[in-house]
Amino acid sequence: MAKMKYSIFSLLRQARDYHRGWPKAWRSPDPKPSYDVIIIGGGGHGLATAYYLAKEHGITNVAVLEKGWLGGGNTGRNTTIVRSNYLWDESAHLYEHSLKLFEGLSQDLNYNIMFSQRGVINLAHNEHDLKELTRRGHACRLNGIDYEMISAEQIKQIAPIINISKNIRYPVLGGSIQRRAGNARHDAVAWGYARRADEYGIDIIQNCEVTGIDIENGRVTGVQTTRGPIKARKVGAVPAGHASVVGRMAGLTLPVESHPLQAMVSEPIKPVLDTVIMSNTVHVYISQSDKGELVLGAGIDPYLSYAQRGSLDVIEHQLEALCDLYPIVKRLRIMRTWGGIVDTCPDASPIISKTPIEGLYMNCGWGTGGFKATPGSGWVFAHTIAQDRPHRLNEAFDLKRFESGFLIDEHGAAAVAH
Amino acid sequence: MLLIECPHCGPREQTEFTCGGEGHIVRPDPDTATDAEWGHYLFMRKNPKGLHFERWFHAHGCRQWFHAARSTVTHEIFAIYGIDEPPPAIDPSKAGSQ
Repeated sequence: MAKMKYSIFSLLRQARDYHRGWPKAWRSPDPKPSYDVIIIGGGGHGLATAYYLAKEHGITNVAVLEKGWLGGGNTGRNTTIVRSNYLWDESAHLYEHSLKLFEGLSQDLNYNIMFSQRGVINLAHNEHDLKELTRRGHACRLNGIDYEMISAEQIKQIAPIINISKNIRYPVLGGSIQRRAGNARHDAVAWGYARRADEYGIDIIQNCEVTGIDIENGRVTGVQTTRGPIKARKVGAVPAGHASVVGRMAGLTLPVESHPLQAMVSEPIKPVLDTVIMSNTVHVYISQSDKGELVLGAGIDPYLSYAQRGSLDVIEHQLEALCDLYPIVKRLRIMRTWGGIVDTCPDASPIISKTPIEGLYMNCGWGTGGFKATPGSGWVFAHTIAQDRPHRLNEAFDLKRFESGFLIDEHGAAAVAH
Repeated sequence: MLLIECPHCGPREQTEFTCGGEGHIVRPDPDTATDAEWGHYLFMRKNPKGLHFERWFHAHGCRQWFHAARSTVTHEIFAIYGIDEPPPAIDPSKAGSQ
């Protein structure tokens, strides 16, 4: 299906006709009886997987099954931060690959994902933070990832609204900055991938929940859905918070636990912050959207939940820290808060892996930080599905690491702040 | 936030407690367990959508451990029972189990 190319000229042409002529960005097809590959989950990672299956591996007989609507889960609920300043080589390479894909993604997808490399600052509030950030900086630079340590005064220059007084409970002692990091428009990432995948002939089927996975002689043969059974040679599951639920359909027990993670926005104000500032120690991260809202992220609730809502005490805890660090926000109102269900892994690293069932692949465990990895995750997962073996970039993120003990402990770089 | 009925102190806010995660996990004998069994014990979790038997610790109260049977869909708590007691019989459909 030939699509309209988005450009300044198509915009002008449509403006002349009062924007009545825009075609639909993707079809809403009925499921076919069978596909070469079925992707479970139409979030950013699932749609990216479908797109790279077509683009990099020439596999276009693919369906993406989404139980709700596109990008309605964690893709549309995160705080849109993109960075690659991770500690271990395995993670650094994976997230850096993703960041590099982000850098060319608007052109690649012909869709403005509003990627803004405004920099991400990590704050240090104590001696340990400074040492951890410095150590991570050395590791990053060895992996060719840009990373600088900066003083509290330098942070104040970049973000004048920050309070660097020594008299607050957790004073800012310094921090690190990754200048190539930043934000992207999360919905646009999902929509851009969906539009291009659809252009390759991939069926994106919304409101279609997978209720079972068919397995014969240790090999996957298809899925059961709320819209009937669909056969498939290969199934790639990217179910985020519902990883354990989907895993159980295939008899798999996974090392993930589902928790609510909350985020919120303030009422819109004039531009006051043109970077992203994160603090692991006091659990607050802040950026400002183009609409002027301050986008704020909180921590996870300690208990398991699938309810897509969290507790107020988590928000209170986070806003206390926010008011201490950025006193000008004290009289702002919070406009919206929401929660998503994140699938946390014991080592704060994802699982992008083959499974004991032939033709079934799992991509889960991204926990609190999956958005930044959307392009890279889809890229390596498409390779894993197409070639039936992991790419060099994701072979360490195998399910077997929980037997072998080769964990990739990223609690320092991941924490909750994403 | 959850309101949790501590078996010793009565109903208290969840912020007084630490969640100890899935309950009733049996530690295999480290001398005979295979790597797979040990990995399963350390890391694999049921993570159910619905009825969940979990451990709680009243960290800012009596500092006692106990079990709760709770729905991970509605957050409703169906039973509170001792740390050394087996899980009670509860109809999983009541907890929205899938």
